[in-house]
Amino acid sequence: MTKIECILRPGKLENVKDALNEYGIHGMTVTQVIGCGLQKGRTEVYRGAEYSINLLPKIKLEMVIPDKNVSEVIRIITDTARTGEIGDGKIFTYKVDNAIRIRTGETGDEAI
Amino acid sequence: MKSRFLRTFALFSTFMMTIPALAWADDAAQAAATIDTGDTSWVLISAALVMLMTLPGLALFYGGLSRKKNVLSTIMYSFFAMVIISLQWPLWGYSLSFGPDINHIIGSLDWFGLSNVGIDPNPDYGATIPHQAFMIFQMMFAIITPALISGAFAERMRFPAFIAFLLLWATFVYDPVAHWVWGVDGWLRNLGALDFAGGTVVHILSGVSGLVACLVLGKRKGLGSEPMIPHNLPFVVLGAALLWFGWFGFNAGSALGANGLAVSAFVVTHLATAAAAFSWVVAEWLHHGKPTTLGAASGAVAGLVAITPAAGFVGPMPAILIGLISGVVCYLMVSVVKAKLRYDDALDAFGIHGIGGTWGAIATGLFASTAVNPAGGDGLFFGNPEQLVNQLIAVAVTWGVAIVGTYVILKVINLFSKLRATDEEQDTGLDFTQHGEDAYTDLVSGSTLAAFAAVPAAKATAGAVKPAL
Repeated sequence: MTKIECILRPGKLENVKDALNEYGIHGMTVTQVIGCGLQKGRTEVYRGAEYSINLLPKIKLEMVIPDKNVSEVIRIITDTARTGEIGDGKIFTYKVDNAIRIRTGETGDEAI
Repeated sequence: MKSRFLRTFALFSTFMMTIPALAWADDAAQAAATIDTGDTSWVLISAALVMLMTLPGLALFYGGLSRKKNVLSTIMYSFFAMVIISLQWPLWGYSLSFGPDINHIIGSLDWFGLSNVGIDPNPDYGATIPHQAFMIFQMMFAIITPALISGAFAERMRFPAFIAFLLLWATFVYDPVAHWVWGVDGWLRNLGALDFAGGTVVHILSGVSGLVACLVLGKRKGLGSEPMIPHNLPFVVLGAALLWFGWFGFNAGSALGANGLAVSAFVVTHLATAAAAFSWVVAEWLHHGKPTTLGAASGAVAGLVAITPAAGFVGPMPAILIGLISGVVCYLMVSVVKAKLRYDDALDAFGIHGIGGTWGAIATGLFASTAVNPAGGDGLFFGNPEQLVNQLIAVAVTWGVAIVGTYVILKVINLFSKLRATDEEQDTGLDFTQHGEDAYTDLVSGSTLAAFAAVPAAKATAGAVKPAL
């Protein structure tokens, strides 16, 4: 099993979610986060006082999927979330030892 | 037995109720001869409109401008101005401001506790409305003025010190100056200085006092190193809109009657406000590249402030000019001058009210016309330079009183109660440290995040709850 964690533009969440649903991935966790990477921040002005905001709002999407689906899921996310501009986000993958469904006690791929 | 008791009680009650009714019958007959119902309605409605300016108008305007951890304490400044001055005013404030004159300096205490302030009109302060209608209308001005000051020291003044400040400032600064400008035989009124609805009494006093207060209290902890961004701009816009709405009562109500002067004041108030919102936004658009919502709201308030002293004395076109200039001047004050001089007028009480009020008072000396209001005077542009001199004297005096009065009052309070919240209290936020509350709940749980870690107080005392881990 692999955990996929990706940082996305907030406006891309719905598209990515729909594309993953269509592929058959239904389970995911979504968090609103702020962070910085290559994308420079932005400047906000309040009554003439400038503030540079370098932590920008992003969406963190996490899911655990069977290993056989990993490359296709990464392709779907990359295709759907890409705008070509700086700030499109990143995808990280991690190996997962096990998964347990609390309700039934199932483990491994069965549990996801 | 029971029914005999009830009959006796009913007879006694009727008798007791008849006594004041008989006494009032004379008053009512006298009053009915002069009270105008239209005028009275308008002044009462105006009083309610001015109340709306403080709560919720100013409270939301300032509350939205402050940081999330200080929104309740900022709102509380306005709320308690309403509470405290509503008690101070009928007891001695009104009498000091409008009571029988003593040496042109202060009103006597003859009207202490509203004695001699009944429903009969007082011809000096509105010949066609009950005296108490004038009193309650003026009370709303006395309330909003110290509430305006709170914008300068928001996010760092301790609540007990604020209460002391409210009482002392209202008594020793507001009441005397209100007497000088508006009271019968007040020396600035006798001099011929014009202030229709409070440019000097309300806005210069509050703005300049705010500047003094923020200098005495010092900068907020973290200013310059931490972002101090308004936490809720929709609050700010809602507050500004309520201020604009309520200001019709503030200015048009100051005609003290449902008449042509009220209409004129209403019209110029609206025009100046729109003009100032426009010029502020254009100024910042040119300066910073974006027309902001906060700029539109701030510009509107700047225009309302500037037209206030002139509202009953100028025509529509001068009003637009007053507004246009006010928007640019106040914008430069809060965005350029404040940054250069490095004082921490947190929510720009001085930048908008002090500067806007000063400009408005001077503009009254320039644009006032007896064609608009025969009871006023002609300004410089209508052939009377003396009016401008009178306005400048009133401005200088008001600045002086605000500076000295506020400084002395704050220093005296500091002897008994610390003015400034400690660094730790400011880090945590005044909402929690001063009031034990938190404004916003977590959207998922419906309670504050801190509440997850909290143990119910009663159980904690009893030692009945063990830590989870």
